[in-house]
Amino acid sequence: MLADKDRIFKNLYGQHDWGLAGARARGAWDGTRAILERGRDAIIDQMKASGQRGRGGAGFPTGLKWSFMPKQPVEGRPHYLVVNADESEPGTCKDREIMRHDPHLLVEGCLIAGFAMGAHTCYVYIRGEFIRERERLEASVVQAYEANLIGKNNVHGYDFDIVVHHGAGAYICGEETALLESLEGKKGMPRLKPPFPANMGLYGCPTTVNNVETIAQVPDIMRRGAAWFAGIGRPNNTGTKLYCISGHVERPCTVEETMGIPLRELIDTHAGGVRGGWSNLLAVIPGGSSMPLIPAGPDQADTLLMDFDGCRDKKSALGTAAVIVMDKSADIVRAMARISYFYKHESCGQCTPCREGMGWMWRVLTRMAEGRAFKREIDMLWEVTTQIEGHTICAFGDGAAWPVQGLLRHFRPEIERRIEEYTANPDAGGVLDPVVPEAAE
Amino acid sequence: MSVRRLAEKQPPSFAFTPANLEWAKAQIAKYPPGRQQSAVIPILWRAQQQAGGWLPQKAMEAVAELLGMANIRVLEVATFYTMFNLDPVGRFHVQLCGTTPCMLRGSEDLKKVLRRVIGDEHHVTTDGTFSWIEVECLGACVNAPMAQINADYYEDLTPETLTRILNDMAAGKKPKPGPQVEREFSAPVGGPLTLTDPSLYPEGSRASPARAALHDEDAKKPGEAANLHEAAVPKPPATDATDPRRH
Repeated sequence: MLADKDRIFKNLYGQHDWGLAGARARGAWDGTRAILERGRDAIIDQMKASGQRGRGGAGFPTGLKWSFMPKQPVEGRPHYLVVNADESEPGTCKDREIMRHDPHLLVEGCLIAGFAMGAHTCYVYIRGEFIRERERLEASVVQAYEANLIGKNNVHGYDFDIVVHHGAGAYICGEETALLESLEGKKGMPRLKPPFPANMGLYGCPTTVNNVETIAQVPDIMRRGAAWFAGIGRPNNTGTKLYCISGHVERPCTVEETMGIPLRELIDTHAGGVRGGWSNLLAVIPGGSSMPLIPAGPDQADTLLMDFDGCRDKKSALGTAAVIVMDKSADIVRAMARISYFYKHESCGQCTPCREGMGWMWRVLTRMAEGRAFKREIDMLWEVTTQIEGHTICAFGDGAAWPVQGLLRHFRPEIERRIEEYTANPDAGGVLDPVVPEAAE
Repeated sequence: MSVRRLAEKQPPSFAFTPANLEWAKAQIAKYPPGRQQSAVIPILWRAQQQAGGWLPQKAMEAVAELLGMANIRVLEVATFYTMFNLDPVGRFHVQLCGTTPCMLRGSEDLKKVLRRVIGDEHHVTTDGTFSWIEVECLGACVNAPMAQINADYYEDLTPETLTRILNDMAAGKKPKPGPQVEREFSAPVGGPLTLTDPSLYPEGSRASPARAALHDEDAKKPGEAANLHEAAVPKPPATDATDPRRH
């Protein structure tokens, strides 16, 4: 288990003062000026050396991302740092804890990151539902202004403004270009890339979008050194990570652990184990609903290492490290149909494969959950997922297709069993033939 | 996507209160000159609060005029983002999370409670007290199942605790938000297993003896800090113009 002294988020459970005094007592805002005095390039080099990969899901190396920003702002095109606090991936609730219990780590991280990319303004885009979290974050930003830690002519000698902005309930705004559109006051529809935000982002200016956890880890990486961070975890998967363990475990919780911790150890140590014991495990979604599930089994969930490469080896991905556990009482097909409903509800409607495909997949899966389908439709469903995946502007289409693929990859016999059961004794409606079109939503 | 249309019965007019108008101007000033459109979501949200929890068409038009936007651009935004209610809602608007992590832990049973106590989804009770809808993931999955009632999250619900919360609200009491079981925020039930090293914290900060606080009846009840809207100096922005915290 990770030693308490190596944890970054020391007030994860809100037992201590969230405010400036409490944060300072836990080490925040200590020597920030000295960190900035190292200079932009040194900070970016240290971020690269730490090996930190973005905590928002894609796992892109943070230092590299920052280095894409132009060296000097051009007149009339200021640089922007945008913090993605639109946490809405089902299963994920880590940024919420940072914003309500340790907001000063985020505020300080914004200053350091903003300095490293030449940005004087930072927008924090927080999801609209997090009203109390936003109040807390706004209050901590006000505290930082009051103490002259940020703002014009602050004690750190680098003018820096933080604006807390909020959305209004759209999952797609967690996608970075949709977030920028939303921040500009439009519908949250993702933009085509390129141009990438580092060249044309917010208001057409160079912009970097980072996750809350990524930014909140920065001050500690700077203070304790890149080597400390790189020494935790495995090569290419360094540092600590907030894991959210939900679903069928004895004691669901959010916890900070090392990258690469075995899934079983994570669940057994921190969440009291799977309900009914490890042998009762049916499947686990390791990284939020967009990632394919991994079934129980000796070469599957039993040996899963919770980091980017470990999850990739099992044909899934770490995503946001939101572990959704399902025991044998779970109706796996219905659970996945519900995830499909989520994607149908949240599709922005811009690309046809996604807009039409989400509803189609949801309707087919709902029928399959009851067995009211043909076996050939399983292959048809697989084919449709491959036609959505990679054929949309943003990764939403991929994220919606992958969980369905994971279900078909590992639980095809279960779907076939339900179909056989139903066809042996169909209700008066009979089996719906997919050739007869159903009314679209 | 979800189909969202404006309500058929619309109030004849809408005007921002002077306090809200002042607040809106402060919002616009947060963004670079000429980029006032950025403020559309916060201002629409404030308009929704002023109008009693939903967004009439006249309010959208007022926002469009304030921001110098075409009406259709504001209408687009209001219909795209699902937190804007296009129909009237009850005084207590319950948003029940029904996405998979909550579903695995029993949100279906909570739906039955809401159907029994309030009625169908989108239905407002005759006295205007309650309405409910099922929403997608609200981001409190380790505290599943949960519901958001107005601004607060009520977590770790069971059919019994949800019924009690609704009854308390109807009776004018203020039920405690946050986890409804003995638990500190997202820490595991029974007390945190990590962050128990007292040397990490200064004297006087609540040294976190593992579990002790949860067994000590005099200690601060877990979850209480969630509903303390700490008086940060200065205070965080009030949620709306009628908020008693506003001076």
